[in-house]
Amino acid sequence: MKRFLHILAVAVVSFMFLSSSSFAKEVKVGVVWPMTGLVAAFGQSAWKGAKVAQSMEPKAKDGSNIHLILLDNKGMKVQTANAVSKLITEDHVKAVIGAITSSNTMAGAPIAERNKTPMLTSSATNPLVTKGKKYVSRVCFIDPFQGLVAAKYVWNTLHAKTAAVMIERDQDYSVGLAHAFIKAYKKLGGKIVSTNFFQSTDQDYSAQISTIKSKNPQVIYMPSYYQEISLFARQARQYGLNQVIMAGDGAEAEALLKIGGKAVNGVTFTTHFDPHAAATPLAKKFLKLYYKKYKGQPDAMAALGADAYFVLVHAINEAGGHKATPQKINYYIRHTKDFKGVTGVITIDPKTGNAIKSAVVRKVENGKFVYVTTVNP
Amino acid sequence: MNSTILLQQLVNGISLGSLYGLVAIGYTMVYGVIRLINFAHGDIMMVGMYFAFTGVAMMFLPWWAAFLLSMIATAFLGVLVDRMAYKPLRNASRISALITAIGVSFFLENLFLVVYGGVPKAFPVPALFGGAINIHGVIFPNIAIITPIVAIVFLLMLLFILHKTKYGMAMRALSFDMETVRIMGVNVDMIISMVFGIGSFLAALGGIFWAMRYPAINPLIGIMPGLKAFAAAVLGGIGSVTGAALGGFIIGIAEIFVVAIFPPLAGYKDAFAFLFLIFVLLFKPTGIMGEDLDRGRF
Repeated sequence: MKRFLHILAVAVVSFMFLSSSSFAKEVKVGVVWPMTGLVAAFGQSAWKGAKVAQSMEPKAKDGSNIHLILLDNKGMKVQTANAVSKLITEDHVKAVIGAITSSNTMAGAPIAERNKTPMLTSSATNPLVTKGKKYVSRVCFIDPFQGLVAAKYVWNTLHAKTAAVMIERDQDYSVGLAHAFIKAYKKLGGKIVSTNFFQSTDQDYSAQISTIKSKNPQVIYMPSYYQEISLFARQARQYGLNQVIMAGDGAEAEALLKIGGKAVNGVTFTTHFDPHAAATPLAKKFLKLYYKKYKGQPDAMAALGADAYFVLVHAINEAGGHKATPQKINYYIRHTKDFKGVTGVITIDPKTGNAIKSAVVRKVENGKFVYVTTVNP
Repeated sequence: MNSTILLQQLVNGISLGSLYGLVAIGYTMVYGVIRLINFAHGDIMMVGMYFAFTGVAMMFLPWWAAFLLSMIATAFLGVLVDRMAYKPLRNASRISALITAIGVSFFLENLFLVVYGGVPKAFPVPALFGGAINIHGVIFPNIAIITPIVAIVFLLMLLFILHKTKYGMAMRALSFDMETVRIMGVNVDMIISMVFGIGSFLAALGGIFWAMRYPAINPLIGIMPGLKAFAAAVLGGIGSVTGAALGGFIIGIAEIFVVAIFPPLAGYKDAFAFLFLIFVLLFKPTGIMGEDLDRGRF
């Protein structure tokens, strides 16, 4: 009996080996997104987008399956680094998609770089994410551009001459975007009357609100994430601080509307995508399938998640499907040119790994996100 | 900074501090009796928030009924946790119980992650707690007025139970010597369960007020308030309920003023709360109200 079990075990193991190596050809791709934690809504949205994208293009050109391995980083830096490490060294993935926020992506990037495995982020906008890196690229624009768009909108459209800034100290995204905005806004002639800081785990902003109120700015710029912005808006309105709150792409999530309620009406933000401004055939097909699956419109994170998938699969195809080396895939990611994605036409600069794309301005009206305008680079 | 802003910041500090105090009372209560730092306290608070959320947003109960039910349900959960996780370790070393508390904390966090998902939920705030009053330019959010009152009322009720009832007497006696109390014929396990029930009831109350002020709840929300309340309890002298409330106020006011006076340091305000704690402990190791540990507690 014992011998029989032995033989059986050997047979099962060898079968598993054979099946994974020669029967089903597949390309393993790691995905590191926050499914839980403070920025969970982003990761869940992006994952929805990527799933729809995968249903549209489940195989590479050579017929091998694209196998996505999702790991939750809980929105934290250490977990991101661990997840990237595990995917590369244990699962032997050919490429990694992730992470959502800039700080997290920066925590995982050195590991991808060291292992010469491409890392493609859907939405980390801080310029430092790809700086000096050969294997880290992105399908979104970067913050100096986003900050400039916000500054121009505040100056030209809102006619605000003074602004207060709320900076999330421990988020590279927030610090970087705030500085980009301040620089651009000052250049236009605007005046920053109050600079305030807070940290990710904060929920109480009453001290900052009291300070800002005493300086009476015409607009408040808060490049942060949806939960912080919605809590800030609620408290600000309670304290009679009713100025327009301007934010970045981190504001966009259903949770902003749900938590913020009436308080977030008027919140305006720069972002990557609006379903009404979708132009490419791929975008239209994606919107249709997304609606069929989830009975709603995708937000920017979902659209970017899909784009990360499409751009990566395109690169895998160019690199030769399941035989492609990570280095070769990386080469083709970096040489993405005029790719008609969901969020627009994507061209990645081979030197920097940054995408050059247009930005969209959206705002909250009656508890809904509405389209305001598109700004080209 | 003129006097209006100064006064405003003081109001902000008191209102934040009363929230910390409310949570800290439950913390200190459990410690005082069985000498267990219940690291799951912050998570019990989170459970209270989710129960209340479920009652109002999913079962459509009137808010007061949902809140009361949530507090009672959370109290039972506290008893259950004690019976299942801590009771078997009553005679084990203190470190085992402490590690179990951390385990309970992880368990509750992950259980609620599975059930409710990781995306923050919007906590429904009843109109009564939503508005604000403006007195000569100083804004008093309704919730900021109600929270300190509730904190003080429950503190007085707790002191009444501890000092004027038989059960309270048993609790105080337990904190001196568990074995002797058992020999005297007191049902020690029942009293400890009561302590956990009351502690969890207060945690749920603190959680609900927390959620009404910051109405975005997620399964990991209890961690930071739990740590702050722990700091408040230690600062006030762990084991003393009045001290816990006082410690809460001090930490709340200190935090607000760090942000108000040194805006660039606002990103490090948690560090300041804990630094402050370390300094107080350097000079007064038992905390502000902490008495000689061999003589009296509560």
